[in-house]
Amino acid sequence: MAIIYAKSKGLTDKPMHYCPGCTHGLVHKLVAESLVELGELENAVGVAPVGCAGYAYDYFNCDMQQAAHGRAPAVATGIKRVLPDRTVFTYQGDGDLAAIGTAEIVHAAMRGEKITTIFINNAIYGMTGGQMAPTTMVGQRATTAPWGRDPSQCGSPIRMAELLSTLDGTAYAERVTVVDIPHLNRAKRAIQKALFLQKENAGFTFVEVLSICPTNWGMDPAGAIDWLKGNMIPYYPLGVVKDCRREGNVV
Amino acid sequence: MAQKELWKGNEAVARAAILAGCRYFFGYPITPQNEIPEYMAAHLPEVGGCFLQSESEVAAINMVYGAAGAGARVMTSSSSPGISLKQEGITYLVGSELPAVIVNVMRGGPGLGTIQPAQGDYFQATRGGGNGDYRTVVLAPSTVQEAADLTQEAFDIADQYRNPVLLLMDGMIGQMMEGMVWHEIPRRELPPKRWATTATEGKRGKNIINSWRSDGTGLEVHNLHLAEKWRAMEENEVRWEERGTEEAELIFVAYGTTARLAAAAMKELEKQGIRCGLLRPISLWPYPSTRLCALAERTSVRAVFTVELSLGQMVEDVRLAVEGVKPVGFFGRAGGVIPTPHEIAEQARAFLEQWR
Repeated sequence: MAIIYAKSKGLTDKPMHYCPGCTHGLVHKLVAESLVELGELENAVGVAPVGCAGYAYDYFNCDMQQAAHGRAPAVATGIKRVLPDRTVFTYQGDGDLAAIGTAEIVHAAMRGEKITTIFINNAIYGMTGGQMAPTTMVGQRATTAPWGRDPSQCGSPIRMAELLSTLDGTAYAERVTVVDIPHLNRAKRAIQKALFLQKENAGFTFVEVLSICPTNWGMDPAGAIDWLKGNMIPYYPLGVVKDCRREGNVV
Repeated sequence: MAQKELWKGNEAVARAAILAGCRYFFGYPITPQNEIPEYMAAHLPEVGGCFLQSESEVAAINMVYGAAGAGARVMTSSSSPGISLKQEGITYLVGSELPAVIVNVMRGGPGLGTIQPAQGDYFQATRGGGNGDYRTVVLAPSTVQEAADLTQEAFDIADQYRNPVLLLMDGMIGQMMEGMVWHEIPRRELPPKRWATTATEGKRGKNIINSWRSDGTGLEVHNLHLAEKWRAMEENEVRWEERGTEEAELIFVAYGTTARLAAAAMKELEKQGIRCGLLRPISLWPYPSTRLCALAERTSVRAVFTVELSLGQMVEDVRLAVEGVKPVGFFGRAGGVIPTPHEIAEQARAFLEQWR
């Protein structure tokens, strides 16, 4: 009997704890498949965040370190400086990366650390129960923004891919989403490219994934996908924000 | 015979670390510890190592976490306010059982305080410092020679227990130059780091570095495992120095720079016919409580007198050790002020006279 489809060897058999409809599992799959297809799984060291993906150390089938909240890029820096031939990646959410860990991600990118960061932007703090994130949309309700995000008090959402692209050390930054099959395929190509450029020592590589959080958005998964398409994509445009190869410059 | 050389405390610590096999250093500028990262920046590349100036002390200690998890000998250093920032990383290192050496060249506090020497971080260092229920071995040198020697041994202690070790110096030891000898430090037999996340290479199952336990029982099991290490440290890593404790009627207890000042004060008192001894704790945790209690119990001893560059921190450990067997006095100066030996002698004599 021919096997048409199987779970990636890049994932363990551990049952995932994610909520129904959550897209973390999909992104895990893409990262795992990409590591396997690039032949890097056995050469990889990953760094898990604090937040919904805090258990990622149990799911990826490679050596993993669990970092303090927001510090994954610093931890990854320590790993990569010791093991420059390894593929080192961080997997972080928006509270982790765009709030408490802003200094660590900006400076890892500034230094051009040869690491890859997968950034899940679902516009909310998931694990702690739906508080406002730096990425929460204007007017979007959260438990700590009960009347919706007010830009006069909280500012406007932060666009991390664009922000990091201003730094010379960033070799590649792309924003993708996983809300349908074409976008899923595009997301996988972005993750593969980021990991490939890391192997080429091109510099810091970054993939921002617009994701849904049906539980904390208070929507069903289909409704959440519609909301993402209608509200997040117009503000967070999809596509390559920076590609050192496309611009012809070598970082 | 090795030749005596003149070395600044901070630079001696940095060189000692390289001699001990430290190849990675992550740090952030702060006075009075700057010569440590500066020395590392100049000399780690010579041995194929890596120096990196981080964006903050928080980032530095987390880089240490990553490098330690990757199996490397790694160090960071800072001074008091910067060590406060590192507490997050230190508790994670303990929770994830990662070895590293952290140097605190203490200055005055609280807050921004002063860059002058102080010993106000004793509580923070010996009680864990970060969140949770934990300990680290804390070593306190009182000479440049000892700073260099203890730094080298600190890496072995860290590796043996898979636990960070703190080198607690004060700004005086870090900044002064002193004659010292570079000599061989006995190396411990250490287990291989099979737990390190170096990538599986398809040769073994995956390794995970992690301090998170999702259920309460699991964390307690982990905590009890860590506590077994604390017990082993208490058994094996207590160290102190004693001077003139035979027949002493007054026992000084002091560490680091203050121990040197107390030794000078003792000479003054001995000229006045007061027999003095000194117990200088070298490990501040685990603390030489048993020895101190045994000294205090001697019939010749009238009183115990603690001197610190703080308003009284280690004195609490002295009282716990002495357990009311003999009276415990205290004299301290704070905020970067260094007492004179004469001041210490006068204070100690006045205290002793209440109990003679």
